[in-house]
Amino acid sequence: MLKVNGINVYYGSIHAIKDVSFEVHQGEIVTLIGANGAGKSTTLQTISGLLHSRTGSIEFLGQNLMGVPAFKIVSRGLAQVPEGRRIFLQMTVEENLEMGAYTQPNTTIAPGLERVYEQFPRLKERRRQIAGTLSGGEQQMLAMGRALMSGPKLLMLDEPSMGLAPILVEQIFEIIRKLHQAGTTILLVEQNAQAALSIADRGYVLETGKIVTTGTGAELLASPAIKKAYLGG
Amino acid sequence: MEFLSYLISGISLGSVYAIIALGYTMVYGIAKMLNFAHGDVIMVGGYISFCAMNYLGLPSIVAVLLAMAVCTVLGVVIEGLAYKPLRSAPSLAVLITAIGVSYFLQNAAQLIWSAAPKVYSPVVAGSLSLLNGQLTIPYVSLLTVVVCLVIMAGLTLFTSQSKLGKAMRACSEDKNAAQLMGINVNATISTTFAIGSALAAIAGVLLCSFNGTLMPTTGSMPGIKAFTAAVFGGIGSIPGAFLGGLLLGIIESMAKAYISTNLANTIGFAVLIVVLLVRPAGLLGKYVPEKV
Ligand SMILES: Nc1ncnc2c1ncn2[C@@H]1O[C@H](COP(=O)(O)OP(=O)(O)OP(=O)(O)O)[C@@H](O)[C@H]1O
Ligand SMILES: [Mg+2]
Repeated sequence: MLKVNGINVYYGSIHAIKDVSFEVHQGEIVTLIGANGAGKSTTLQTISGLLHSRTGSIEFLGQNLMGVPAFKIVSRGLAQVPEGRRIFLQMTVEENLEMGAYTQPNTTIAPGLERVYEQFPRLKERRRQIAGTLSGGEQQMLAMGRALMSGPKLLMLDEPSMGLAPILVEQIFEIIRKLHQAGTTILLVEQNAQAALSIADRGYVLETGKIVTTGTGAELLASPAIKKAYLGG
Repeated sequence: MEFLSYLISGISLGSVYAIIALGYTMVYGIAKMLNFAHGDVIMVGGYISFCAMNYLGLPSIVAVLLAMAVCTVLGVVIEGLAYKPLRSAPSLAVLITAIGVSYFLQNAAQLIWSAAPKVYSPVVAGSLSLLNGQLTIPYVSLLTVVVCLVIMAGLTLFTSQSKLGKAMRACSEDKNAAQLMGINVNATISTTFAIGSALAAIAGVLLCSFNGTLMPTTGSMPGIKAFTAAVFGGIGSIPGAFLGGLLLGIIESMAKAYISTNLANTIGFAVLIVVLLVRPAGLLGKYVPEKV
């Protein structure tokens, strides 16, 4: 479904992504794990068109994404929940969700809201609240709900568990699992390797801009090297 | 009675400042840049309407519409040629470019229309006489206030209710996140310039009607004052620009009447400094610390 092939991304002279290739198949949960600064967010932003690769190709559903402007990506069926949530803090919860459906016909907004509110009842209670006043967990739910409003075929999540209490992390992962069951393919970026690998079909390990290991979630969880580097022992 | 007439004149002048300030504030809110050429777009609006009325003999309403159309195109062209290439440049570079555009427009106007002031007759003539003629209010003053209120209400509705208006607010908060939503940020910024410049044309017509004259530098001082008004009210805030413009107009008119004509500007700016000392984000602005 998504094929990333030999991309190289630079920030000025910093070579952040070095010849990265990976694939996400329809119906999978694939995770990209790695330490701080490994290049996980850079990879997602390149797929979303916010950053550009100098080489290689990015293909989604058989169509080339390289050189497509960022604002045209979401209508191809690819949504991202960015790192740090990046919700519109001064807009209401519902306005944020409406922005998520920006590229969708107006008639889909009401049913879309219904679906998201069903998934996140907390958001429904707070629909008129200014998003900046939500708690961290609620903001993460809003960021996810906003991305779902476009009805994506592939959902990319960048560290959805960041800064959340363990109980909330569990909730967020539960929601990801449900979304997946409902038919959404997932590309999950996480530092919480344990949690990510447990729900993932496959994983890739990124180290200073390079993919160093890949395998199924279970394989990576069992690997001594991964245990040592990412699972605290 | 004198007081009342100064107050009315202040409100009317303040309404012109408010319309200009609304343009400043919208562009600042969304493009995060101070378009110092905004005042000069006002001047262009003045000349276009002047030519339309005096040389082409068009009715004032058509002249206003023509000025709006020309300024809209001008605003979009300025944005596309001068500012868009600098989208990721340091804000100082953008500021200097804006100052350059401002001088460019003034000099171009001087070449086309010469530096000599033109006599600008108000778009609506006559005045309302009240209290047995003790109080006269030019119709154009009333029109200015009404136009300002309509624009302010329109912009408020537009940004709070329409899809495009909401997208503008999203862009103003976070351009990358907006793009992830599928919002074309460049097109949204162009639209903002189009709206701001159309407002500048209206402001130009009203300002020239108020002053009775027009020259290439007509827009620069009111432009700076309206910028002041926008900061005064809280830059980026629509009601703030309205309130700031109105207050600045009233302060200026009162200072002229009761203190000194020469000190009017100084007093206006002094009040601004005091307000900013007490409320750094302006009267209605929200203080958002710079993210690093
Ligand atoms: N805007 C930028 N300018 C310059 N360098 C950057 C920029 N953004 C990221 N980098 C560098 O690129 C590398 C990869 O960063 P990236 O944000 O992709 O890492 P990450 O894996 O998402 O890390 P984290 O887990 O901390 O979010 C890092 O070395 C980082 O310092
Ligand atoms: Mg990251």
